[in-house]
Amino acid sequence: MSFISYLKDGINLGSIYAIIALGYTMVYGIAKMLNFAHGDVIMVGAFVILTAITKAGMSPLLSVILGVVVCTVMGVVIEMVAYRPLRKAASNLAVLITAIGVSYLLQNLALLIFGADAKSFVTVIDVPNVTLFDGQLTIKGITIVTIVTCLIIMIGLTLFVNKTKPGRAMKAVSEDKDAAQLMGVNVNATISLTFAIGSGLAAIAGLLLCSAYPTLTPYTGAMPGIKAFVAAVFGGIGSIPGAMVGGILLGIIEIFGKAYISSQVADAIVFAVLIIVLLVKPTGLFGKNIQEKV
Amino acid sequence: MRNWKKVLSVTAAAAMAVTAMTPVSAMAEEETFKIGVIGPMTGDYAQYGTNVYNAAAIAIDEVNANGGFNGYQVELLDAGDDQGDPEKSVNAYNDLLDKGMQMLCGTVTSGACIAVGAEAAETTFLFTPSASAVDCITAGSNEFRMCFTDPAQGAKSAQYISEKGLASKVAVLYDSMADYNVGVHDAFVAACPEYGLEVVADEAYTTDSNTDYSVQLGKIKDSGAELLFLPNYYSDNALILQQAADIDLDIQVFGVDGMDGILSVENFDTSLAEGVMLLTPFSATAEDEASQNFVKAYNDAHNGETPNQFAADAYDVIYAMKAAADDAGITPDMSNEDISAAMSASMLNIEIEGLTGTAKWTEDGECDKSPKAVVIKDGAYEMME
Repeated sequence: MSFISYLKDGINLGSIYAIIALGYTMVYGIAKMLNFAHGDVIMVGAFVILTAITKAGMSPLLSVILGVVVCTVMGVVIEMVAYRPLRKAASNLAVLITAIGVSYLLQNLALLIFGADAKSFVTVIDVPNVTLFDGQLTIKGITIVTIVTCLIIMIGLTLFVNKTKPGRAMKAVSEDKDAAQLMGVNVNATISLTFAIGSGLAAIAGLLLCSAYPTLTPYTGAMPGIKAFVAAVFGGIGSIPGAMVGGILLGIIEIFGKAYISSQVADAIVFAVLIIVLLVKPTGLFGKNIQEKV
Repeated sequence: MRNWKKVLSVTAAAAMAVTAMTPVSAMAEEETFKIGVIGPMTGDYAQYGTNVYNAAAIAIDEVNANGGFNGYQVELLDAGDDQGDPEKSVNAYNDLLDKGMQMLCGTVTSGACIAVGAEAAETTFLFTPSASAVDCITAGSNEFRMCFTDPAQGAKSAQYISEKGLASKVAVLYDSMADYNVGVHDAFVAACPEYGLEVVADEAYTTDSNTDYSVQLGKIKDSGAELLFLPNYYSDNALILQQAADIDLDIQVFGVDGMDGILSVENFDTSLAEGVMLLTPFSATAEDEASQNFVKAYNDAHNGETPNQFAADAYDVIYAMKAAADDAGITPDMSNEDISAAMSASMLNIEIEGLTGTAKWTEDGECDKSPKAVVIKDGAYEMME
């Protein structure tokens, strides 16, 4: 029984990684840049939702919508101000470093505005727990909500990218920016749209992260952000189903590592598995091996 | 070049002579003892520093009304603000020396105290109310402490749990990446056998993965432990309590001073902390007369603010200083070094009935007193009998 119980804990943790990883992989897949500030956008989203509920007395639904709007706008603004001017820079490193800078900027702004004290997150999603096997196994409502949300987002994004015009424009940009531009695709607008969607998803991820683990500090997004990045690489960065599978597998490995090996080296195990996967399959589980033509 | 060096060295020597002489001449004029307080008066930890300063002021007023130190009045210098930063703390220390400080009540935070401790060694009497890292007072034999060290809190917790018969099988869950948590944990686990406690689950997490405790709590539940010891800061503990409730882990929870503050976590459901015990030297709701008088004096002087444990520690520091000063028979015209040596010798003779307990001091400057704990009841701290 404990095995199934650990599996459930793993899926619970993994579904959170998965939903964050979706945002990472989306931006990487299209804009070919690692947005290290993604974890911090999640934190901002969670703070907006929390403040809207506790300080402004807004209804949960309205405050979640507000959170999504604020994050979407913020994502687009960050992209325009900090990343777009660097897109033509000689090295990709410049934009990577800027992303790290934005990450610290967001953390410190939040520190200034909300203070360093940890705050408990309020209950926004109220779904009853499911009890199985005569009460031996309890699955939390929030776990079910997270997994369902994850699936919906994954399917929605896949359909969007493959079936709609802006989605196909994203695919074109991701394959070759210059060629896409020659074919009449507005590259800047497409990348802005990518950031808008990625950051909007971050607000949802922030809500689910803080509902599952109800504590919020300016650094809340940082470590889950990095783990989710690992999950995205694990699943094959750029692949939408890969992010989901990678996230859930990572969560399960982490929990099993803690349960059956040692709670102190759980992180070491997670990263060791990552290294092994990348050695065997460098593009990740679902990654496509695209040959660069010279 | 050579001439420049000479000019520089002469100026420097002159400057040093001036700074060295100022306090001496100031001392000769006035027949009062001058005490300085250094701590964070602004910034993130301002609450700690201001509590210490305000409580020291209250204690000094009381002492002066009752004859002062060895018959001489005591003057509290303006607070030295270090914002908890070691460098600023040393600057504040030098500034206070310039103003004639003869004894130091401080510094308040550990990092700063280690730095100032190195400066004050064998020169100026240093008595920290609250700096709990071991190294804060190891630089000189003239440095003393009112609170328990981090590791001592672990050992004292084991002693308290055993003496009060709270449990015989205990579990621990701690952050294995942070000094403070590891220090308290190691001392606790080491002390358990001595007090007849069996550690049935010793679980860890890391600062980097401090969100999910489901596995560790599950193991603790299966271990049959009667008490869960949490030597962590309150923000982690709040989440641990929440997840323990999720898996219906009904267990006595025991924390140390890092647990203090859990009731003020924003939006935290304080019913989760109901019955949690923590080792802390003082509670503003304590019913003994001395504590009540102190809380009232503090309330009156500071717009109804309630003093915390830092304030109580500082209050006791001033009374311990008085006891040692009376015992040593020091006078304000003595040099800092002489006062420091005489006070340090007398510290070993005295015993005081303080707000934080009946205290004596050992040769390494550590306070020897029995541990006290509070329990959270109806969303407030209540002193344990």
